[in-house]
Amino acid sequence: MAQLICENVSLGYDGREIVGDLNFHIDEGDYLCIVGENGSGKSTLMKTLLGLMAPLRGRVSYGGTLKSTDIGYLPQQTQVQRDFPASVWEIVLSGCQNRSGMRPFYSREQKRTARENIEKMGLSELSKRCYRELSGGQQQRVLLARAMCAAGRVLLLDEPVSGLDPKVTEEMYRIIYDLNKKDGMTVIMISHDVSAAVKYADKILHIGKSVFFGSTADYLKSDTGRVFTDVKGSDAP
Amino acid sequence: MTELISKLSLYFEYPFVRYALIVGVLIALCSSLLGVTLVLKRFSFIGDGLSHVAFGALAIATALKLTNDMPLMLIITTVCAVLLLRTGQNAKIKGDAAVAMISVGALAVGYLIMNVFSASSNLTGDVCSTLFGSTSILTLNRTQVQMCAVLSVIVVIIFVLFYNKIFAVTFDEDFAKATGIRADAYNLMIAIVIAVIIVVAMNLVGSLLISALVIFPSLSAMRLFKSFRSVTVCSAVLSVVCALFGILVSIIAGTPVGATIVCVDIVVFFVFLLLGRCRGGAKA
Repeated sequence: MAQLICENVSLGYDGREIVGDLNFHIDEGDYLCIVGENGSGKSTLMKTLLGLMAPLRGRVSYGGTLKSTDIGYLPQQTQVQRDFPASVWEIVLSGCQNRSGMRPFYSREQKRTARENIEKMGLSELSKRCYRELSGGQQQRVLLARAMCAAGRVLLLDEPVSGLDPKVTEEMYRIIYDLNKKDGMTVIMISHDVSAAVKYADKILHIGKSVFFGSTADYLKSDTGRVFTDVKGSDAP
Repeated sequence: MTELISKLSLYFEYPFVRYALIVGVLIALCSSLLGVTLVLKRFSFIGDGLSHVAFGALAIATALKLTNDMPLMLIITTVCAVLLLRTGQNAKIKGDAAVAMISVGALAVGYLIMNVFSASSNLTGDVCSTLFGSTSILTLNRTQVQMCAVLSVIVVIIFVLFYNKIFAVTFDEDFAKATGIRADAYNLMIAIVIAVIIVVAMNLVGSLLISALVIFPSLSAMRLFKSFRSVTVCSAVLSVVCALFGILVSIIAGTPVGATIVCVDIVVFFVFLLLGRCRGGAKA
């Protein structure tokens, strides 16, 4: 069943269009990778999907019973966060905030959710540590744990592996793959690493000069796909 | 030493000195609370700009010969806080330029109004004390003390109740919005609380020195502590201790209250900076 539907969506800043007429939908349990050149509007698209920006034209709608409190988001890191005095525990717990409503403090259940996600990301040892003292990969796992706290069903990831070394990158992809396959989480990920995208994702949305939306297998056969992939498309590991 | 103590106890027989101390501590406490948020959200400028607006508002209140100037100051400063926040988001005129414009404008208009409409014989003294709060803390009347106390308590209560939400919005506004938290509403609340803090704190340190009261304790605490909670608690404690110490010194030595408190804050900041260097070592 479709969770997110984009109809004739055009994106851009200040009335200047970057991408026009996007039509696609994301079903429950999908693993979608959004690929494209730098500046092709990937991050803008994600902000639109999240409701942070309005599209120039067209409509983004949530299908079925999806609400904004079902969505988890892993943004690109901002400068503010790099020198923010906060412990891992505080940050992950803040992901539960969207279920608090007007309640001022976190419930026992929210704290349990946070603890579970910290364990799932292998951060138990670090939970009292300061966020800014962690390595890039660890910081990214903290933000992923936070996104998991907020996410009931859909996870949106904006370049989750940027700045990470190959080994940590592989680990991060593995974690995300497991979240999709084992926990049934819908994953929408921006990546400029096309070879990883075709390795893990079921569906590809390519935006830029040419637009493609469809299954990974079709993407590898398409003209758009062939230009950007010289790797042989292997099935998911 | 005994001489000092007897001198202090002599001073404490006067109600206005006791008022000054109570109000000073309350103001220091609430002004330090939002410091971390202000520093990290790059809102420090806004705090500074608003304090000038508060000065302009005070000038208007004086010209209108209001006996209690705080309600008018609160209204004007709050409105400006909301406006500044809006311009920061839409950014036709860039955020910091807008702040600079409003703050310098308010300063000029305020001084002009004071000059034209003032009935006081000691205009320079009046202006100086609103800017630097030189003696005003000792001249507060009962109503002002009560208002300061009530507003400070309200600020502290709001901060405690919304602590988790303020953290979420400060750490990552986009994430908060994306996951369904009304971040704009909380930003608005933060702006209003800042306006209230500034109007209240103006009584203690004067409009030019408020930012110091808001920012220094948090910056000091951030040198040593690593979690949001410990930084917040530490900056509150630091702020109160520095204010107490500063007020006492200013009473004994006869120095201006506001400037003395800020100097104590500065000294503490450098102590914490050194301690942080020693402890952190490699961590710059």
